[in-house]
Amino acid sequence: MDLIFSNARLIDPETLSDAPGSLRVTEGRIAGRGAPDEAAPEGAVVIDCGGRALAPGLVDWGVKIGEPGERHKESFRSAGRAAAAGGVTTMIARPDTMPPIDTPEALEFVTRRAQDAPVNIHHMAALTKSREGREMVEIGFLTDLGAVAFTDGVRVVRDSKLLSRCMTYARGLDALIVGHPQDAGLSQGAVATSGKFASLYGIPSVSPMAEVMGLDRDLALVGMTGCRWHADQITTAAALPALIRAREAGLDVTAGISIHHLTLNEFDVGDYRTFFRFTPPLRSEDDRQAMVQAVADGLIDVIASFHTPQDEESKRLPFEAAAPGAVGLQTLLPAAMRLYHQGGLSLPQLWRALSLNPARRLGLSSGRLSQGAPADLVLFDPDAPFLMDRFKLLSKSKNTPFDGARMQGRILGTWAAGNRVFGEPA
Amino acid sequence: MTFRARHLLGIDHLKPDEIVSLLDLAEDYVALNRRTVKHSDALAGLTQINMFFENSTRTQASFELAGKRLGADVMNMAVSQSSVKKGETLIDTALTLNAMQPDLLVVRHPHSGAVNLLAEKVNCAVINAGDGRHEHPTQALLDALTIRRAKGRLHRLTVAICGDIAHSRVARSNLILLGKMENRIRLIGPATLMPSGASEMGVELYENMREGLKGADVVMMLRLQRERMDGGFIPSEREYFHRWGLDAEKLAMAAPDAIVMHPGPMNRGIEIDGTIADDINRSVIQDQVEMGVAVRMAALDLLARNLRAERGRMALGEV
Repeated sequence: MDLIFSNARLIDPETLSDAPGSLRVTEGRIAGRGAPDEAAPEGAVVIDCGGRALAPGLVDWGVKIGEPGERHKESFRSAGRAAAAGGVTTMIARPDTMPPIDTPEALEFVTRRAQDAPVNIHHMAALTKSREGREMVEIGFLTDLGAVAFTDGVRVVRDSKLLSRCMTYARGLDALIVGHPQDAGLSQGAVATSGKFASLYGIPSVSPMAEVMGLDRDLALVGMTGCRWHADQITTAAALPALIRAREAGLDVTAGISIHHLTLNEFDVGDYRTFFRFTPPLRSEDDRQAMVQAVADGLIDVIASFHTPQDEESKRLPFEAAAPGAVGLQTLLPAAMRLYHQGGLSLPQLWRALSLNPARRLGLSSGRLSQGAPADLVLFDPDAPFLMDRFKLLSKSKNTPFDGARMQGRILGTWAAGNRVFGEPA
Repeated sequence: MTFRARHLLGIDHLKPDEIVSLLDLAEDYVALNRRTVKHSDALAGLTQINMFFENSTRTQASFELAGKRLGADVMNMAVSQSSVKKGETLIDTALTLNAMQPDLLVVRHPHSGAVNLLAEKVNCAVINAGDGRHEHPTQALLDALTIRRAKGRLHRLTVAICGDIAHSRVARSNLILLGKMENRIRLIGPATLMPSGASEMGVELYENMREGLKGADVVMMLRLQRERMDGGFIPSEREYFHRWGLDAEKLAMAAPDAIVMHPGPMNRGIEIDGTIADDINRSVIQDQVEMGVAVRMAALDLLARNLRAERGRMALGEV
């Protein structure tokens, strides 16, 4: 069955264009574009977008799903529903589960379970067994089974020799390694960025230089081994020169950032609000602005939610004892609209980081509006305001830092491979 | 016949005509070894000491048999259990032995370059039976003899060396020898087990074993040297076997008459499928062991000739 999205504002991250038009979908794939009021062929279902924005569905790189081990926090089904409601058509699941995804058997399990979700799910695998940084996982078998990248998440592999071997082995298999740039020793125990705020509130803190040190080490190892590498989160301006140098040296390096580090700063923690505890911790306003600029410049490639469901008990604790992270599948797009409305980033620039770049880096054909790409789409009104109520989120966990916030950006419909997975039928 | 070397420390210092001379002589000893009476007096009266600073069964036995069949007085010293444990340095051990007037010294040592060091301190002929991850010349020579007998030539062959190349002295010596004889060499293995700088060694590098084996005339498997690894080179034995273990399916990529070699001892199911190792139509692994004795006899014989000649010149006051 053919679908025609007529009268749409098409957001194309490949050509960085934002223009009226229509989009034709055949057999779950994008078949072409036309004028906004293009006549529909016979038998096609027409969806009148009413001038609202139609963009590639988001590719959210780094989603924690509680299976296996923490299904009370999130399941594939609940995460999938939240994703669909948030315009996320592809989730890149994290391997930091209990137990971690560190064997082909564990990967087969989550691949099977992921069929519960209405959107696409790809899995990352752990880089070392049990994420303990002592022995590498079976990168070959896991790659054969579809693991898109290898990472120990926020657990830094401290043993540089082991990490270099993992990178060398991965290079041989053309596997992508995702690192968490951080000096593990320096940042141990820290839950905030050092500075006046952390000192006055008495919170254990670390300088953003710990991130620079971690990045420098990892980039040196990438230079030595030649592997494909991605930094999960670069959150401080001080780390950008190293990233620029690495690119200029021709290293195959990309970098991401969480939407929270682009929209919040260290002062948002306020009176020890644990929903604002992140790893790495929120940075200064100067850093936040520098990172928005870095996304605009294309230096930071990927924006993701780092969706991390935590139950109430994990957060109802003193700040430094509380679990880090926030849910983000449903708030990624509205939070990104803050950057759009503040004028820092255009919609195509945002979608380059939210859809196109992550898809490209992971070898997926989605994340774009070009002909032949899967019809993974989100229809949204970038201006529609709403008041965020965390208890209306579809995630099992409700830990969002945007609770009670005034936000803009309402998602009207989500399609995965041409099938509507969210929103009222046309 | 040309063979000028005083010691056999590596393949590196041998010229192609010396290699050919040694292999030609080894052919004679293959014939001798197949007779009921396997004896020659080539080394009669000479003393051969086998000094193994590293545990070895097959190489030591091979050298012992080689010496005995040539009539030498052979002594084995299991050094790893004796004076080294008491704190004696390598040079002191060498000087002590030297004082006993041996003529041929066969040495294996876990450290690269140790045999060269020892050779500088003694006035007998020294054969390197493997030093660290440096060289193992008699292994490369016995492999060469095996290839020459199976393929009818030792040049213009495509030889695939597969597996743990970084830790293998066998691979290094073979690389040098087969290179000197103008063969096309491919190294196949996981990137973690490739020696650094391999791309500058005049060989072709393959990560993918199926690609690397395409059309190969000789498939040389290496043992995964777990004792030389400090952990973390490969994730698991099952993944290693899946990607770099030689099985029938991967071997089918090689030339139809390709031979399969392994220096032993084998890890069946890790680097080689047991049925391939036992396939008498493809595997020459048992031939390698047989050629080993003959090649070592030839090496001992040639070094002894040079030693006698040198001593003769010294007696005449020419040196």
